[in-house]
Amino acid sequence: MSGPATGLPSEVDKMIGIPLYEEQGEFPVERGYIWTTCSSVENGNPLYWDDSVAEELTGGPIAPPTMLSVWFRPHHWAPGRSQPHLPLQVHFDLKEALGLPEAVMTSNTMVFHDPVRPGDRLSTRQVLKSVSPEKTTKLGTGRFWVIDVEYRNQSGNLVGVESYTGFGYRRAP
Amino acid sequence: MTPPLLAGDVKPGDALPRLRYEVSATTVVLGALASRDWRPMHHDKDFAVERNGLRDIFLNTPNQAAWFERYVTDWTGPHGRLGRMTFTMKGSIFPGDTMEFSGTVDGAETDDAGCGWASLSIELAVDGQVKTTCAVRVALPAEAGDNPWDRRGDQWKP
Repeated sequence: MSGPATGLPSEVDKMIGIPLYEEQGEFPVERGYIWTTCSSVENGNPLYWDDSVAEELTGGPIAPPTMLSVWFRPHHWAPGRSQPHLPLQVHFDLKEALGLPEAVMTSNTMVFHDPVRPGDRLSTRQVLKSVSPEKTTKLGTGRFWVIDVEYRNQSGNLVGVESYTGFGYRRAP
Repeated sequence: MTPPLLAGDVKPGDALPRLRYEVSATTVVLGALASRDWRPMHHDKDFAVERNGLRDIFLNTPNQAAWFERYVTDWTGPHGRLGRMTFTMKGSIFPGDTMEFSGTVDGAETDDAGCGWASLSIELAVDGQVKTTCAVRVALPAEAGDNPWDRRGDQWKP
């Protein structure tokens, strides 16, 4: 899906498959957010509320798998902080590099690997998987791209991958 | 702890019990803050109306993921281990809406590592209009002594 035949700028072609924007979460995984999240959706799974069940099934407490991205949303304010990367910076880089002013996310898949545990220090990186040739949809003309956001724990083990399909486009004149 | 649901209990066409929930402004704000999403359209009605052109604040995506997770594990019990989820968003969910979750088993299989899996299609609807669909692959114990959470590396193929 890449290379000169598709008319991709070389700067974009060179991004494909390269891990970008490696970052550490701002704080360790903690139980307060786990309980607040379970409470917000009235999730009574005893894995999160009963330590004896957590001990038996998961060798101690874990976080609900769908909380992956929660651990990377930056604090609303922090002292002396430089501007953090936008989540999915690669998406915005592509809009810029391809000159596509509009973009939407068309689908989002989460894949879960090793459990995330309180105290974990997670890191993340973004990998551009593919960019399509130009296509025209009812929104306009542009390209589809797939970006994987990989999450790892402090031991380097993969804990999950979020895969986003975006469509960057110019509105039909 | 005995698993309430085994892979062998599940077959294509099975329906998950429905879940209904009345959304309030508190639901939306609590869900946004629980997922560390400080963006104003999830807590400031004036912003949502004037800047986003919507009728009110609306449920954010990460909290919807938490709702789908709860819906699935209400059915599987604590042994159920999510493998993968794919979302398609079609419309927003506002305070005053009654969410209705429904789900169907599309497939049941055992992979070559011996892990049992169910594939589910879940819909989140308001007044019969589908707002979000979610395709889920969830691991279930193959037998009473099996625990999907023990699987690592080659034994876990989500």
